Amino acid sequence: MSSLNIPIYMDYSATTPVDERVAAKMAECLTNQGHFGNPASRSHPFGWNADELVEQARDNVANLLGANSKEIVWTSGATESDNLAIKGAARFNIKKGKHIVTLKTEHKAVLDTCRQLEREGFEVTYLDPLENGLLDLEVFKAALREDTTVVSIMHVNNEIGVIQDIAAIGKITRERGIIFHVDAAQSPGKVVIDVNEMNVDLMSLCAHKVYGPKGIGALYVRRKPRVRLEAQIHGGGHERGMRSGTLPTHQCVGMGESFRIAQEEMASENERMRVLRDRLWNGFSDMEEIYLNGDLEQRIPGNLNVSFNFVEGESLIMSMKDIAVSSGSACTSASLEPSYVLRAIGRNDELAHSSIRFTIGRFTTEEEVDFTIKQTRQAVEKLRDLSPLWDMHNEGIDMDSVEWAAH
Amino acid sequence: MAYSDKVLDHYENPRNVGVLDKNDPNVGTGMVGAPACGDVMRLQIKVSADGVVEDAKFKTYGCGSAIASSSLVTEMMKGKTLEEVGQIRNKHIADELALPPVKIHCSVLAEDAIAAAIADIKAKRGETDKEAAVAS
Ligand SMILES: Cc1ncc(COP(=O)(O)O)c(C=O)c1O
Repeated sequence: MSSLNIPIYMDYSATTPVDERVAAKMAECLTNQGHFGNPASRSHPFGWNADELVEQARDNVANLLGANSKEIVWTSGATESDNLAIKGAARFNIKKGKHIVTLKTEHKAVLDTCRQLEREGFEVTYLDPLENGLLDLEVFKAALREDTTVVSIMHVNNEIGVIQDIAAIGKITRERGIIFHVDAAQSPGKVVIDVNEMNVDLMSLCAHKVYGPKGIGALYVRRKPRVRLEAQIHGGGHERGMRSGTLPTHQCVGMGESFRIAQEEMASENERMRVLRDRLWNGFSDMEEIYLNGDLEQRIPGNLNVSFNFVEGESLIMSMKDIAVSSGSACTSASLEPSYVLRAIGRNDELAHSSIRFTIGRFTTEEEVDFTIKQTRQAVEKLRDLSPLWDMHNEGIDMDSVEWAAH
Repeated sequence: MAYSDKVLDHYENPRNVGVLDKNDPNVGTGMVGAPACGDVMRLQIKVSADGVVEDAKFKTYGCGSAIASSSLVTEMMKGKTLEEVGQIRNKHIADELALPPVKIHCSVLAEDAIAAAIADIKAKRGETDKEAAVAS
């Protein structure tokens, strides 16, 4: 029996710990004894060594995508990659058109970037997904116009874990010569990526969801047919002018190693996670009034997003005090709005307020899952005993028939 | 978010959770908030003929601060006259629980619940109340 480490981490979609193997490689690139040189230094072995390590890491990232390493641009993370991709492509192609198509369930790094472009005079269509979180291809096709230059659709959703059919979307955008950007921050090591088969033009990635370090990411930029971007950060002309700034050798090496491991271990790890995730879901399945958010099949194995009706998410998290999870509820005066992702898939506010995202990962154990089931059930039971809505539900009162004094 | 010890105490050991018979002529019920906003409070008071709160119960759907606010309020009300109870303000609740600014609305909701419960009992007793009920 392994002993439980409390609190239990069930928030792997927020970030992951750095794998020991990754940390060891990174540590070799920092000190006087290590490869600390500037990869851009062309005049001595310090620079050459660092450059070689950075290029190996770039190969590892490219390999996972089925890309050429010349198509990988280092960035500080997926947020920067999303910004560079969407702003860069939209602004570069401004003479062709000013229309962008994206999805309402995208990460804020995409949505807020689009909002900024709207302020600059671009027009953005935000598509509604289906109730299972997936994009309806007919709805998508109908939204495309003559002046559409960029489409941005995420691969794996960070909240509900659903996987969009990127290949089907890519086929449509390629036929019409529209640039296709994919936010794949949550994908590596969880779903197979092949940028050529999928006809992806730009793809955002980061290391910290893949057991690599925070603060490093990459943007895949297709070379054939060539995709051109307007740079967002100017300076010494690094990364073929697309992203200036001295490369952080240890960060690049960390991302490369984490992607190498992710690719190598994906099949076995996914299988293990699917078993754990199903165990977790089965542990709740006999409870009343619980709802799975997002499609169960088209979904990464590590994600379970559940609404426990008549219980508010933030207090639920407070009760599950030995478990680190996140909730779609935000009860602050600044934002009484529950998760926009759950709202976009048509969940009502109550269910959105009642949601918990469990995300499991490389270091999750069966004991942890069992403990999580037990503590979650206890917490839900306690809070339902406290909940006037639960009483009303048991009395057979339809909540929608009540006239609430919204505040 | 870090919670104050007082909030945690009321959250872990909520006082006076329960239900009073809402049809009892001596019971006033106030229900405020909305599920869509993430909080609903139901506050009930049992009031003696001479206007003293003999018992108070609550049930709350909401965040930890909302639960703690309603739990605290039931304690504050017991033994007080309706007039005294009507003077409890959200600031008293927020100060007592050391609520951060983003959670002040929980104490406001508790004050609304008190007002609604008082209005309900007054209506039952045929006393008119200028401060009309929020919802019941
Ligand atoms: C889908 C998605 N896109 C973008 C990001 C932002 O990534 P980063 O933290 O590397 O900037 C995240 C993670 O927070 C994400 O899940």
